[in-house]
Amino acid sequence: MVEKLRPVWLLARRELRDQFRDWRILFPLIVLTVLFPVLMDSVAGSAVEFVNDYGGNLVVDRLVPFSILIIGFFPITVSLVVALESFVGEKERGTIEPLLSTPFLDWQLYLGKLLVGVFFPLLASYIAIALYLFLVRYQDLNLPSIYQIVQLLTLTTAHAVLMVSGAIAVSTQSTSVRAANLLASFIVLPVAFLIQGESALLFWGNDQVLWMAVLAVSVLAALLVRVGLAHFQREYLLGREIDSLNLRWMWHTFWRSFFGDARSLWSWYRDEVGASLRALRVPLLLIVALMVAGGVLGFEWTAANVPAMLGETSAEDMGRIAEQLQMSAGVVSADLQFSFLTIFGHNMQAVMIMLFLGMFSFGVLGALVFVANMSVVGAALAFFQLFGFSPWTIFWAGLLPHGIFEFPAVMFASAAVLYLGAMLVTPDPTRTMGEVFIQALANWFKICVGLVLPMLAIAAAIETYITPNLLLKVMG
Amino acid sequence: MITTEGLGKQFGDFWAVDGVTLHVEQGEVLALLGQNGAGKTTTVRMLTALLAPTRGWARVAGYDVVRDAAQVRASVGVLTEQHGLYMRMTGAEYLDFFGQVYRLDASGRQKRSRYLMEYFGLAEVTHQRIGEYSKGMRQKLALARALIHEPPVLLLDEPTSAMDPESARLVRDEIANLRSSQRAIVICTHNLAEAEVLADRIAIIYRGRVLLNDTLEALKRRVLGPVEYEVKLSTAWDSAGLKLPAGITLNERKATSLRFRVEKPQIANPLLMQELASRKAPVVALQEVPRSLEQVYLKAMSQAVQR
Repeated sequence: MVEKLRPVWLLARRELRDQFRDWRILFPLIVLTVLFPVLMDSVAGSAVEFVNDYGGNLVVDRLVPFSILIIGFFPITVSLVVALESFVGEKERGTIEPLLSTPFLDWQLYLGKLLVGVFFPLLASYIAIALYLFLVRYQDLNLPSIYQIVQLLTLTTAHAVLMVSGAIAVSTQSTSVRAANLLASFIVLPVAFLIQGESALLFWGNDQVLWMAVLAVSVLAALLVRVGLAHFQREYLLGREIDSLNLRWMWHTFWRSFFGDARSLWSWYRDEVGASLRALRVPLLLIVALMVAGGVLGFEWTAANVPAMLGETSAEDMGRIAEQLQMSAGVVSADLQFSFLTIFGHNMQAVMIMLFLGMFSFGVLGALVFVANMSVVGAALAFFQLFGFSPWTIFWAGLLPHGIFEFPAVMFASAAVLYLGAMLVTPDPTRTMGEVFIQALANWFKICVGLVLPMLAIAAAIETYITPNLLLKVMG
Repeated sequence: MITTEGLGKQFGDFWAVDGVTLHVEQGEVLALLGQNGAGKTTTVRMLTALLAPTRGWARVAGYDVVRDAAQVRASVGVLTEQHGLYMRMTGAEYLDFFGQVYRLDASGRQKRSRYLMEYFGLAEVTHQRIGEYSKGMRQKLALARALIHEPPVLLLDEPTSAMDPESARLVRDEIANLRSSQRAIVICTHNLAEAEVLADRIAIIYRGRVLLNDTLEALKRRVLGPVEYEVKLSTAWDSAGLKLPAGITLNERKATSLRFRVEKPQIANPLLMQELASRKAPVVALQEVPRSLEQVYLKAMSQAVQR
């Protein structure tokens, strides 16, 4: 293995040496590493004084960890520049062909570039964080615990790998540095949102949830690396000369994947949808497991934690909760009855959100939305139990009639999102990344149009016209 | 050493290379000639295992370009169309890096790169950054890179472009030396004079297909017809009554010269000389009319365009 990794280090070392001679990379790294901690330290000092005047102790406690997160993040933005031009820059300078003509294996080239992108910026991040902690010691501020520092350093490392792997994926797919820079917003914006979310978690102060965020970012980074490795093709780097958005080709590829060789609606269902459904066997099993886990967790957590919370709730709020519960179960007064279109639209919206989130996270976030929904269902049943209703009665009368169609529909949609992610991370030397993405999307729409949409329509009809009456009858 | 059979490469709907069959033996130099975009570089990229053939197959140094891509790359030295040099490195660092890539040990790398730098007249700039090199120096360094691991197969795209005549001569000599050391060499070039000097075989590619592939002499015979000879006379002489031996076709008759084609010169030429002597023609010389590769190339191309 060491022998196989030798070319990775060889390639990385050459580029690191090259970077060390490039003031355009060194200058921002040094500035961000040295000046930013000093600036942040001074801002933190002033902020503490200000917040102390208003007694905001919690905010003060969280200010240093938050600053570490931000200080660590700024130098790694440089990694984006380095990684974005890693392959496409070599292509523009004409150095890519001699490099690709060497016996380096594809994964060795890819990992070498990844190492180069991560190394210096991450080193600068660590130095900046250390410098900031050193400065904090001389302020009247509490240093974060070692545990928290480890957590933040892990998060910073995961951010670097996430950004670099994303940037390298962009670099391998672009034909010019300019195009790669334009595409960089697809990395910068999601990561900026991510940082905002993590900052919120830091101020919220729940370590366990922050660890979950660290895990999620690490998984996402690992998946991006996997995608990069799966779709790295020497030929693709040399074969394309200009970036062109070929909408006609995109539409044809989608259309071909969506309809296949079907001649009629029946043959489309039998051959195309059938084949897509058979491919979903493993993701479906996973989704079933996640559904059970999400439902049980939601139920158990609510049953264990909510009674104590309810003890502190006023009678007025309790009444409002009970009303909300009835509405959530479909038990509504005649004048507040939801229309078919509202229910159908709401369910379709949920399915589309799953697709949207799944597209940018290799299916992971899409599946998480599903799990979250199942947890809510579990929690709702637990609530009913707490309020003296039988959860089983609610389940049989309030969920099952339309759930027979709605649950499988949402499960199919979630499994198809997971499958989409799996297709993206699976190596396929015969197809480009764009081709794989369009075909995976077409596969999802095949399941959606063929199964999910009709099933959700039936479920919405039942939920509108049958379930409320049934529930009212059962619950008196 | 290099064998291809029906090699083809398709980009979208366009066949850049279409059914190329080549064979290059050890110690042989093949020149690939053709217009820009004819498919030379694509062919070379397939031989370097950079592009996978859409159809057909190729074996380089005994390895299949698809199945054994890494071994193929380890066995070839490539000089690409663009130099592809890292401008912030010094010449010594650059060769050392590629020496490591091809797994040469430290002393071997040092020895080999010193030899190449000296051979190509770059010894004085060994420790200068490549960015400071002239165009010709860069080309020489790129060639040194291709030779660093002493590969059994060399694929050279325009090896002497941008070089001064002296350096170009040096590179040509080096290529000739490499041929004698039992390597297979493929040169893509637009420099026909260079191809004429270096190549044992010449392949002319047009729109992805091999139009002609043979030795220079055979190509001349095939494209320009049988060899043309010229009889030079010292003074004006009336050749009207000259009786031409069988197999000779007179092409041009002037007062002081005669040009003719002949299928079997070893038989017909002595008979012609006897006839001229018997008629007391003031013959100064009988010589073959020189025919260049350029004539072959241009005629082949014009025929291809007409087709």
